[in-house]
Amino acid sequence: MKPMTVVTSLGVALPAANVDTDQLIPARFMKEPRSVGYGQFLLYDLRHDAQGEPKADFILHHPEAGKAEVMVSRRNFGAGSSREAAVYALVDDGFRCVVAPSFGDIFASNAVNNGLLPAVVTEEDAEQLLAALGSTPGAITVDLEALTVSVGAVSVPFTLSPVWRTKLLNGWDDIDMTRQHTDAIATFAHQYAEQFPWSAPFPPDAALIGKG
Amino acid sequence: MSSPTTLFDKVWRAHEVHRSDSGQSLLWIDRHFVHEGSFHAFNKLGERQLPVARPDLTFGIADHYVPTQARDVELVADPKVRSMIEQLSHNTQQHGVTLFGLSDPRQGIVHVLGPEQGLTQPGMVMVCGDSHTATHGAFGSIAFGIGASEVAHVLATQTLWQSKPKVMRITVEGQLAEGITAKDIALTWIARLGADGARGYAIEYAGEAIRALSMEARLTLCNLSIEGGGRCGMIAPDQTTFDYLRSRPWSPKGEAFEQACAYWSTLYSDPDASFDLEVTLQASEIAPTVTWGVSPEEALPIDHAVPDPEQLSDPAKARQARDSLAYMGLTAGQKLTDITINRVFIGSCTNARIEDLRAAAAVLAGHKSRVPGMVSPGSTLVKTQAEAEGLDRIFIDAGLEWRHSGCSMCVGMNGDLVASGERCASTTNRNFKGRQGPGARTHLMSPAMVAAAAVTGHLADVRQLPVTSLTQLGVRS
Ligand code: SF4
Repeated sequence: MKPMTVVTSLGVALPAANVDTDQLIPARFMKEPRSVGYGQFLLYDLRHDAQGEPKADFILHHPEAGKAEVMVSRRNFGAGSSREAAVYALVDDGFRCVVAPSFGDIFASNAVNNGLLPAVVTEEDAEQLLAALGSTPGAITVDLEALTVSVGAVSVPFTLSPVWRTKLLNGWDDIDMTRQHTDAIATFAHQYAEQFPWSAPFPPDAALIGKG
Repeated sequence: MSSPTTLFDKVWRAHEVHRSDSGQSLLWIDRHFVHEGSFHAFNKLGERQLPVARPDLTFGIADHYVPTQARDVELVADPKVRSMIEQLSHNTQQHGVTLFGLSDPRQGIVHVLGPEQGLTQPGMVMVCGDSHTATHGAFGSIAFGIGASEVAHVLATQTLWQSKPKVMRITVEGQLAEGITAKDIALTWIARLGADGARGYAIEYAGEAIRALSMEARLTLCNLSIEGGGRCGMIAPDQTTFDYLRSRPWSPKGEAFEQACAYWSTLYSDPDASFDLEVTLQASEIAPTVTWGVSPEEALPIDHAVPDPEQLSDPAKARQARDSLAYMGLTAGQKLTDITINRVFIGSCTNARIEDLRAAAAVLAGHKSRVPGMVSPGSTLVKTQAEAEGLDRIFIDAGLEWRHSGCSMCVGMNGDLVASGERCASTTNRNFKGRQGPGARTHLMSPAMVAAAAVTGHLADVRQLPVTSLTQLGVRS
């Protein structure tokens, strides 16, 4: 994963609460391999009308929106389904940061695992940023060292767990980190199996298969 | 003596392999379920050429994409859907992982199958790439949904990095009135605290009303923890739990089961344990509840009216209500019981267990549904059981389709969809925009309430309908 320090880019405002992961990527697109690029599915049903025509006035269809790397939205962003595809859709569309007053827990950890920063601001500050951006993409800076988001004269602090901050700053990957602990895991697994012998699955007798 | 400890902390501590300087814990995972959507994770493993660390603790389940009209993968018309099912078979086979596949007599929705098979047990840490993994907490385990990167991590290491959440307790005091279900408890607390009200928390459900719930009702309640933003939901194991687990196919056997029970009996929150947040509900205040909007927090007792945004003092709430009413095609101030429906769906990991099907059948028995609809049992074993009890006849005679088990119309991945603009009374868990299909309008409620909506053609209070006693119908349960 690419390390991140400061993102200076364009930001887009998505002034809605509860933008859940079903909206970020509708389920029907999730059988596609990642190689097709998930950006085309981002917020698909919000940005198209019932006939499947793109809504010209939707922010992501603004001619400048393709360059945007930051999205600002309202509370409970990414709630719901654990589908990491919601993060893939944002990342494949070029986003590196989402700013909102709160995030679904699973979405936030999926985001960090893909180098997408979930920046938490207060409700008031989110409203300020949304107002400053308005209905067109606008210049925005997200500083992961200083933990600030700025649009023009509006500059507000954001929060992020220190663990996630370190991970994003360094572009670390969990599997690599964990492999340093291989011996500790093996020791634990051994002791655990002795202490809780019943926790190992007891495969059913063949006769029981098919009985509930 | 050690300090008073919560149920959550007892289970968490038993699984801590390592704690990093920054306070993150590396947790041991007892059970890992994978489904068709886990293909991203298997691909990540493949890129690194890593094996599955503990295939014996990993279980594959085909549920999200399975057809509900027939059990033959060859008959799946959409090649992409077929390939999702086939990839799961391939990946599990390649890594030596047990698969409950499409044609297995034990197949079902992962969160129905795990408990039913006895794979889910108290005191475990369990994960699955699915947010409703919280369901398994009904047994007193820590169970939560994870994303594909984390699935890959668990496959590779049988562990997961987690920051310890705060712990809240939701206590439901007193006894639930007749006809009030776990679904109503869940929708009530979520409406009160908000869809992100439990964000950052593990939830323990406690109190007299919770203790009185059957194992299946507890599963429904814990299932919906995520809809209030909770990381997981759990209930301390008790005799109800042990009785359920005894003689399940994958439960510990003989002496091991007794040892397990002795340990499981220690899994409760000590009397003086402190919680980061305490919420108390009175069971007597809980009514049959339905959602009217596009978030599970937009729920109200059935005898209420759709809110009027003009009357809401909080501008953010008013804005959200206006948006929800527009999507749902509802009028401010309209009585909930005046909302007519186009379709019903009885299914999903929330409410498609045998008790759910019995509750719906008791309302439908002897009636015709005024709208089309579908019943998809939570597992193939539930389906078999329902057929043995004659419930399938009640649904079919009412005019509903009796389908095979799968996620089906809960998420529509297999093609079972609600048409755009149609309004569906549903036993599922999410009323999000487009969840049951683009433009679909979903009202969440309990199985008996869905049946009541089917019989009347509109949202209805099940307490005002005659309910047939299933024993009268000759149903053996
Ligand atoms: S039934 Fe619905 S909520 Fe449950 S696992 Fe399947 S898709 Fe997810």
